[in-house]
Amino acid sequence: MTNEELVTIAEKEQEQQKQYRYRIMVCSSTGCLSSRSDEILAALESEVKQRGLENEVFVKKVGCLGLCAAGPIVSIQPDGILYREMTPEDVPAILDRLGGEPLEEKLIDTSEPFFTRQKKNALENAGVVDPERIEDYIASGGYSALIKVLTELNPAEVIQEVQKSGLRGRGGAGYPTGLKWSTVAKAEGDQKFVVCNADEGDPGAFMDRSILESDPHRVLEGMIVAAYAVGASQGYVYVRAEYPLAVKRFRIAIRQAEKMGFLGQNICGTPFSFKVDVRLGAGAFVCGEETALLQSVEGNRGMPRLRPPYPAQSGLFGKPTLVNNVETYANIPAILRNGGEWFAQTGTEKSKGTKVFALTGKVKNTGLIEVPMGITLREIVYEIGGGVPDGRKFKAVQTGGPSGGCIPENLLDTPVDYESLKALGSMMGSGGMIVIDDRSDMIDVARYFMEFSMEESCGKCVPCRVGTVQLYNLLGKFQRKEATEEDLQTLEELCDLVRNASLCGLGQAAPNPILSTLKYFREEYLAKIRKPSPVEEEA
Amino acid sequence: MMTPTATVKTFTIDGKPYSATEDETILDVARENGIDIPTLCHLEGILPTGQCRLCMVEIQGSGRLVPACATKPEEGMEIVTDNPRLRNYRKMIVELLFSERNHICAVCVSNGHCELQSVAQKLGVNHVRFAYLHPRFMLDGSHPKYEVDHNRCILCGRCVRVCEEIEGAHTRDLRNRGIRTMVITDFDTPWGESPTCTGCGKCVHVCPTGALAEKGKSVAEMAKRRHFLPYLALRRRGGK
Repeated sequence: MTNEELVTIAEKEQEQQKQYRYRIMVCSSTGCLSSRSDEILAALESEVKQRGLENEVFVKKVGCLGLCAAGPIVSIQPDGILYREMTPEDVPAILDRLGGEPLEEKLIDTSEPFFTRQKKNALENAGVVDPERIEDYIASGGYSALIKVLTELNPAEVIQEVQKSGLRGRGGAGYPTGLKWSTVAKAEGDQKFVVCNADEGDPGAFMDRSILESDPHRVLEGMIVAAYAVGASQGYVYVRAEYPLAVKRFRIAIRQAEKMGFLGQNICGTPFSFKVDVRLGAGAFVCGEETALLQSVEGNRGMPRLRPPYPAQSGLFGKPTLVNNVETYANIPAILRNGGEWFAQTGTEKSKGTKVFALTGKVKNTGLIEVPMGITLREIVYEIGGGVPDGRKFKAVQTGGPSGGCIPENLLDTPVDYESLKALGSMMGSGGMIVIDDRSDMIDVARYFMEFSMEESCGKCVPCRVGTVQLYNLLGKFQRKEATEEDLQTLEELCDLVRNASLCGLGQAAPNPILSTLKYFREEYLAKIRKPSPVEEEA
Repeated sequence: MMTPTATVKTFTIDGKPYSATEDETILDVARENGIDIPTLCHLEGILPTGQCRLCMVEIQGSGRLVPACATKPEEGMEIVTDNPRLRNYRKMIVELLFSERNHICAVCVSNGHCELQSVAQKLGVNHVRFAYLHPRFMLDGSHPKYEVDHNRCILCGRCVRVCEEIEGAHTRDLRNRGIRTMVITDFDTPWGESPTCTGCGKCVHVCPTGALAEKGKSVAEMAKRRHFLPYLALRRRGGK
């Protein structure tokens, strides 16, 4: 595949889509699919046929359109119309109104901050291209970064570009991506691996799933570029089996890319060869930790091991291995297409670019959003999210899943970047953002996450295995108002132990939901301490 | 002409200077010099995993904790093996272990020969601040020579590692996760029916507690014989 051939495919596809006066796109991500968007798609296709509009109206399925609260969503282009809560029964009405006045009662106002305040990069094609057609991806500029990289840049230049972009790991910890790439590139080994971590498991998080479902080729292109940069010949996508649609679409993407020569031997006529295989996770949260993930890919029980050695030196099968998250790879094609400096224009000094969040909980506009780094939490919750519904009061926003913390109202003006969130005792995490209103008890929230960590502990190290259970039980005493002053002290001591003495990052971060609620909502804990009875006081 | 020699690193442990070859861990150097760092999952001769977290030492400056059994000292490193913070952490870890399963020394075959017991004594553990979880585990007495009482298991993984790394049988592994993690035989078959177990007994003798024991032993009678371990350590070092 040469650049000319790629351009020809892109033009042909654009040409073909332009023939139609209207393009009707139906969201076919898991959220909308679960409310029958597949039936809407089928109804549209048959109705269009019945009306003899096949040459005028092009119906296609696309990835996530973002505003999950209003799903299933149908988008009509080039008119820029978005319809909410569609049903198969609405199909005739949509077609009746084509070109005329839109269906007022189902119209989504796209001038709302939810749409205008977002900035898309990783989600650029989500809701635009058909995730199961490589031609559609190519038509929107796909694989041009790969061809540019393979024909114009050497691996060191690719890494320089990524370093210039300032991109940091989107899995949560925020390690500089360019630095990781250069470490793997410099590591010695007869074989190297590139691994994509798609074992997203935080409660309420669906960023990586949506990216894989909406634009799998983008992630694949990012991985191929990474493999070229670090000198890897084999890639693995480790995706949880609970994401069947993401798995299906990624597998389709791999097959299509192989057919077009973007994967396999001598990619695009160069000496570079690279293969990608899918590995399914069996439902262990801890396998999102990179060393546990690699154990699992090797076929072993997924348990973290000590680092160092880091995977960059000794990873999969003892070989140098690059492990990046789905969203990190999804950012790569645009960085190589437009240059690192372009990417670095967005964001803050230390956190560049945009970040995808799954906005959930007690917020009006639940859904998938992508925002520039540095935006404040208040803007996300109140402007993009539309605030708390049902006239309730905002209480906290939880970021970072079971490894993160709860941030109270008075800190909502904190900018979203890796350092600021960490300083608050929470973390960026992979992008789960749960809004909590005044009906929730913060001890319940902390205990919910502690239950999660306890259930998902691999059982290897003592502080995490036993400590999380003891923490969970102690929180139970608070819930039942049976806790004593001493229990509060034990709770704090134990949080300190689990944080400092656990073996892997998951154990070390497990106390964060407790520590952050103790910090910002301490009065809720104090209110649940049992008053000693007169008899006890005497004793 | 000089031949290239292994890099020797110098550093301090508790303020005193020491040196280590490239292969030596902090624990190796400490033990060589009579500095006591408590351990439970570590055993000379099998690969360190750093999972019991008892041997955590503090790196001065950063305050970072690292497992001494699996960390190699770096040039100029200032290592602290004992201070109130570490002592408190170690005590808490031992207390967590006592709270996890039913460690009742009075009825244990390893009473008086138990590493958990002696570590607790050394650390001055005289009560447990956490609630006892009191789980109930089955005893597997199906093997003709040995038995396993999971109530006394601390999941240090020594038996799993010795079976895989030294005996080469990999009869033992783990099932479940978190607090429900259990050491199992093959695909969770009774020990006596295991087609892979060679009956060598290494797992029994590396077990730090009374979880794995020889049959027919009564309370306090099960002293573990570890005389084969120096040979294992030698093998691990490639006979050097």
